[in-house]
Amino acid sequence: MDAFQKRKLINAIILVFSTLAALFGIMWLFWILGTLLYKGFSTLSLDVFLGDPPAPGDSSGGLKHAIVGQTLIVLLATVIGIPIGILAGTYLSEYGKNSRLANFVRDMSDVMMSIPSIVVGTFIYAVLVKPVGHFMGLAGSLSLAVMMIPIVLRTTDDMLRMVPPELREAGYALGATKFKVIKDIVYRAAITGIVTGVILSVARIGGETAPLLFTSFNNNFFTTNIFQPMASLTVTMYDYAMSPYKYWQDLAWAAAIILTFGVLGANILGRVIAHYKFKR
Amino acid sequence: MAGQRGFWADWSFAKLALGATILVLVILLAVFVVLYKESSLAISTFGVWKFITSQVWNPPLDKFGGAPAIFGSVVSTVIAITIAVPVAIGIAIFLTEIAPHFLRTPVGVAVELLAAIPSIIYGMWGLFFFAPFMRDKVQPVIHATLGKIPVIGQWFSGYTPGIGLLTASIVLSIMILPFTAAIARDSFKMVPDILKESAYALGATKWDVMKDVVIPYAKLGVIGGIILSLGRALGETMAVTFVMGNQPVIPKSLLEPATSITVTLANEFTEADTDLYLSSLFYLALILFVMSFLVIVIGKFFFLKRVER
Amino acid sequence: MAYVINPDEPAKIKVENLNFYYGSKQALKNISFNVPEKKITALIGPSGCGKTTLLRCFNRMHDLYPGNKYEGRILLDGENILEKDYDLIRLRSRVGMVFQKPTAFPMSIFDNVAYGLRLKGIKNKGELQDRVEKALKDAALWEEVKDRLNDPASGLSGGQQQRLCIARAIAVEPEVLLFDEPTSALDPISTAKIEELVVSFRDKLTIIIVTHNMQQAARVSDYTAFMYMGELIEFNRTDEIFVKPKEKLTEDYITGRFG
Repeated sequence: MDAFQKRKLINAIILVFSTLAALFGIMWLFWILGTLLYKGFSTLSLDVFLGDPPAPGDSSGGLKHAIVGQTLIVLLATVIGIPIGILAGTYLSEYGKNSRLANFVRDMSDVMMSIPSIVVGTFIYAVLVKPVGHFMGLAGSLSLAVMMIPIVLRTTDDMLRMVPPELREAGYALGATKFKVIKDIVYRAAITGIVTGVILSVARIGGETAPLLFTSFNNNFFTTNIFQPMASLTVTMYDYAMSPYKYWQDLAWAAAIILTFGVLGANILGRVIAHYKFKR
Repeated sequence: MAGQRGFWADWSFAKLALGATILVLVILLAVFVVLYKESSLAISTFGVWKFITSQVWNPPLDKFGGAPAIFGSVVSTVIAITIAVPVAIGIAIFLTEIAPHFLRTPVGVAVELLAAIPSIIYGMWGLFFFAPFMRDKVQPVIHATLGKIPVIGQWFSGYTPGIGLLTASIVLSIMILPFTAAIARDSFKMVPDILKESAYALGATKWDVMKDVVIPYAKLGVIGGIILSLGRALGETMAVTFVMGNQPVIPKSLLEPATSITVTLANEFTEADTDLYLSSLFYLALILFVMSFLVIVIGKFFFLKRVER
Repeated sequence: MAYVINPDEPAKIKVENLNFYYGSKQALKNISFNVPEKKITALIGPSGCGKTTLLRCFNRMHDLYPGNKYEGRILLDGENILEKDYDLIRLRSRVGMVFQKPTAFPMSIFDNVAYGLRLKGIKNKGELQDRVEKALKDAALWEEVKDRLNDPASGLSGGQQQRLCIARAIAVEPEVLLFDEPTSALDPISTAKIEELVVSFRDKLTIIIVTHNMQQAARVSDYTAFMYMGELIEFNRTDEIFVKPKEKLTEDYITGRFG
């Protein structure tokens, strides 16, 4: 066997192994996905969306409280996190540029992005829940906002920096102020990218459970008061899955599939927008 | 007057943007300061070294040692990475060099979407499906094989309901798999085509090109990506909390229930009834924060920065 | 088409009715000519004319990407290399290639040149050393790097890296060497050095060089093929083609009367 044949044999063996590794990994993921679809869809019904929370041992009831709670918490987190993230990203791209402060903030936002989400929950617990004395929906939103800010900041920074400098110069040449140039030219040029970043960050934090455990906590009743403990799909899944009641466990799977579709839907939407923009 | 208004808008926007930027730094600093302040009671009671090494976690006696939780976090992360990395690199090689071209994009997108699935779903699957599978199918096999090896055999002994350190580690490895694979694939994809072509032009096989050109070229990026995955695994709560067992001990066997920092926090934070108990939990959170800080600094600034250059 | 398909030289490669498609787009149209052995053949033409596409057929580089299709035959020493299950690994160790940009591998200078030799199964240290040294000398790079063979190749200048790539390609002693615009990323001085090298291989190797620079083709090559829109318009001795082209298109291109 000469060197060529030997190399080709090794090549063939490695390729088979790599293919097997890929199949092996993908198999687990499909097992999980299959379970989710099967368990989720077999419970899903109109009652799941509209019904009031079940009492222990009940075999009817739904997730209305958790769906509304989840939406409120994420919405509020978005309202808090997005402006801060976009403003800070604008500062980095338009004012700070490559200054030491800007580069330091870029690095620190990477660090912030990697804080374990449960640690963010303990932080908000210490600064808000403990002083006030009780859990509340707002605290959950703040936790999620803390996680969103660095994501939005970095995408905004990246997207704004992709706007060609000539566009800005053209604006200044017409006598516009910096604020006008940013508002009317830079933001407009980068809007699709920023929207994509915002949607992807919502998808990223929308499925988080850990930061909500000791902030918004849970509530077995329907509420829209953000100053009260508030149910979310994720924490409800956690509690129901750990419960001894069959129907509650089934509801946890129904919540899982609603959450997954929400998160993946947002994720795909973000990608489609990005694809559409960058293809043109 | 119009000029005046323009000036004020300009000025306030600049200050607002600067304020938001400073706020980011303030939040990050506040996380550290608040965690430190909240855990100061535990720090002054137990010290640093004693807390890290003490194995006693006994709330009724108000005695708290962090060793079991730290041990669980580190061991589950290491096992998860050890399992996930080779498989993830296999997937990345498959996606960049082997798979038929019409499969590459759809499978690649599927892997990225799997990385976006909320981790609690991996945890629920672990609890309802994987733990029984471990108990009925995997545990007997482990007993019959690894358990028979002298010395390390005891790490694979014991009978459990399928919930324990090893189960949690495997679920964790499956959860980080898509993330790790996506990063490895992106690093491989950054290798210029012309470089690969010149190796092929010398008569290299696909594996030669991978081994001699793609992997050396992408090495720093892949290592950086692995370290980022490690950070993810370390800070992950929901994928492990269902299947770890929440036993505050250092288990003799990997099959036995254990705990980790995140699992302890998730299970006990709302139940802490004394100041020292709560403070000890904050102490664990602080330790986790510092650990993941170190991981990100090494991964991002040591490896990935050199890639961007 | 008035061109000499069979020059009065023995042919190393015979191209017969070659068509090539990227997906459904035809990039090469019915090309036939003979590449003379141990001579330098230049492929010229406006960008998009298919000269690089044709070059990449000779070592089947197109096979790395999906959806590409060949028709016709390319005979290397009488063997059709377009055969479906032709051994590409062996083909490419006989037909070397140098690219538009320097492509030093992420390894030391020595290992870069030794790479192809190791692929051929040469493990003996002494033999490797001898052949690396010879290749570097032939590529006129030895004097510049002999003291730092173990340094990473990325530390060399662009021109040095390109000569390193030439050394790497000739180390395996290929029969045919393909150059794809090898000087397009280089300064004039480095370009002159590369051209000198190419000329120095005349009578040793069969060389095919793609260039967008007509002066370069005139300076280095023995034969020139002019291509336009995927077709071979004219093929002849370089002195003939540049002095009295037979085709109007060729003349327009050579005299710069091209839109």
